[in-house]
Amino acid sequence: MSERLSILKTYKLYVGGKFPRSESGRVYEVTDSKGNWLANAPLASRKDARDAVTAARKAFGGWSGATAYNRGQILYRIAEMLEGRRDQFAAEVASAEGLSASKAVALVNTAIDRWVWYAGWSDKIAQIAGSANPVAGPYFNLSTPEPTGVVALIAPQDSSFLGLISVLAPAIVTGNTTVVVAAERAPLPALSLAEVLATSDLPGGVVNILSGRTPELATPLAAHQDVNAIDLAGADPALATDLETAAADNLKRVVRPHPVDWRTDPGTDRLLSFLETKTVWHPMGV
Amino acid sequence: MPVFEYAPAPESRAVVDIAPSYGLFIDGEFREAGDGKFFKTLSPSSEEVLSEVAQANAEDVDRAVKAARKAFESWSALPGAERAKYLFRIARIIQERSRELAVLESLDNGKPIRESRDADLPLVAAHFFYYAGWADKLAYAGYGADPKPLGVAGQVIPWNFPLLMLAWKIAPALATGNTVVLKPAETTPLSALFFADICRRAGLPKGVVNIVTGDGSTGAELVAHPGIDKVAFTGSTEVGKAIARTVAGTKKKVTLELGGKAANIVFDDAPIDQAVEGIISGIFFNQGHVCCAGSRLLVQESVQDELLDALKRRMRTLRVGDPLDKNTDIGAINSAEQLARIRELADAGEAEGAERWAPECELPSSGYWFAPTLFTGVTQAHRIAREEIFGPVLSVLTFRTPDEAVAKANNTPYGLSAGIWTEKGSRILSMASKLRAGVIWSNTFNKFDPASPFGGYKESGYGREGGRHGLEAYLNV
Repeated sequence: MSERLSILKTYKLYVGGKFPRSESGRVYEVTDSKGNWLANAPLASRKDARDAVTAARKAFGGWSGATAYNRGQILYRIAEMLEGRRDQFAAEVASAEGLSASKAVALVNTAIDRWVWYAGWSDKIAQIAGSANPVAGPYFNLSTPEPTGVVALIAPQDSSFLGLISVLAPAIVTGNTTVVVAAERAPLPALSLAEVLATSDLPGGVVNILSGRTPELATPLAAHQDVNAIDLAGADPALATDLETAAADNLKRVVRPHPVDWRTDPGTDRLLSFLETKTVWHPMGV
Repeated sequence: MPVFEYAPAPESRAVVDIAPSYGLFIDGEFREAGDGKFFKTLSPSSEEVLSEVAQANAEDVDRAVKAARKAFESWSALPGAERAKYLFRIARIIQERSRELAVLESLDNGKPIRESRDADLPLVAAHFFYYAGWADKLAYAGYGADPKPLGVAGQVIPWNFPLLMLAWKIAPALATGNTVVLKPAETTPLSALFFADICRRAGLPKGVVNIVTGDGSTGAELVAHPGIDKVAFTGSTEVGKAIARTVAGTKKKVTLELGGKAANIVFDDAPIDQAVEGIISGIFFNQGHVCCAGSRLLVQESVQDELLDALKRRMRTLRVGDPLDKNTDIGAINSAEQLARIRELADAGEAEGAERWAPECELPSSGYWFAPTLFTGVTQAHRIAREEIFGPVLSVLTFRTPDEAVAKANNTPYGLSAGIWTEKGSRILSMASKLRAGVIWSNTFNKFDPASPFGGYKESGYGREGGRHGLEAYLNV
């Protein structure tokens, strides 16, 4: 009896809760660290990026308006779904990043735990980032954090899965919706993550994932007038400067690239980066 | 109804002594600009020249940044409690000299003495008191156990609240251990120069505060200077975007407090008289030279007539004129340039088909003046509904449902502030959560406090000033 022929996966984009191919019809070859072919990934276009922004904007009202408890439940559900597929992601991360099996498993474990960590922040962030303000007059005055809106995430190039989750989870747990540009040479873990997100009760459009050339996708996102913020984690210095310059056109909130050890405690920096403080006044009286 | 005329009640300007010329305040001393250039600062209510002020060039800015850098080492190493004491001293001296500074502000800016005396100056002193208290408590502010200052802050402020914007910039910067180079607006440099004198009186170490006067080119030099670690800007969205481009690719931290086109939303159950007072203060406070001004009135259709009647009645009682008169409600427009912009936009409002109304009021023959004005029949496409006028001009739009009010209010690239007038508590909270703006005034408007974070969403800028949140802009977090 001959050995069974395995079934290869067609990797697709994740936009608005669906799995389309690139509208351009293009793909590019993804290889492992030794240059062996792994799969064809969609080579997304500027049009795909714009479609993703539209999907993210459409999802923003519902996701930002969901209760914090509900968002936390969904993030925790993502961790649960990932837990069951640890082996698959460990294998993908190992080949994408050229790691030993045990190192890849460790990264995937950290990534799953990170979802759990951020899940718990959903209904606590307002209590550390908000305040009741003692103004000098008879007024109720309360500051609360609100999500910034649609956030473009240029995912880290050096950490295809843990790095991606470390920029994605803090953005969505507070109610933002996102367009992710996956690591250019290692997009497969990100594209597979979409399958997990799609089965975790996460509303379509909250996370949209694109694979392709980072500058080709990041440039229109940085210039897009309906994107409110951009995380430049995966942009090299020259591209980051160009993107930050383009982002100034509608005053996007920008997180500049800086070296991060994705395995360490992430702290609250990224959680707080895509929040706006709203202060509400009301007179007191009878 | 009989009309009782007001007798003139001018505040004495003898309380303020303005020198014929001022240099730059660098490293604790006043000095001339490197190339000896000066520009005039006028009183916008009379066009009288108040003083001549040095025009700082690139070398002057460089000198100021170097002085601030040198001072940073010891200032940032000072125990917080000691920095606090300097700020408390400054706050006290401001209180002691508040009448003088209020008169100065009204002279240089054109705002009514009632406002400079009762709003600007008390808030200036309060801001220094508030942040003085933070200087030795930063470890408890929620930014880590030992948050560090950034270094030298380059700060550029506007002409609408000259001394208050200075306070918003300098107080948190100093409390957190930064040193500053501040550029006041070209048309209102004097109160910052008086503040420099207050720093000397308070014994503030040399170079901790540097004031460089000049036009936009001075500000651009400061923002682009490689020796600064932080840019804080309050002003137009256009300049804010230019600054964001300038700092792209650098390590400079930026906070921007920019323009606005706030909706002031009046529901049919609102207490009309209170709403009218809120609308008046929302758009006519400080001649409407307020980034968070309630410049778009959204009124529920069913009470439009009643509200507009009451609003017009109230507008007829506004007194426009001498800023130093204690009975003046609306002072002078800050500059000829700003007056031209207000006129151009108001004319565009008429040309685009909105209906213009202003009470009869006699305007002084010299100086820059614009009567309080409202436009009805305004659509969302009109320029006066989209662009920041920064003057005493109110655009009135209508709505039928809360959803429509939210959609119209949010239909702007800006997001600084908004107002809600209704007696229904649940509606206030629902509206407040849906409006995309950094400050929501419900059943009130244009209230400020040092403990209350202020700043915008979207193209109104980023970062917050005031409160615990205001510390973040000056810490390495």
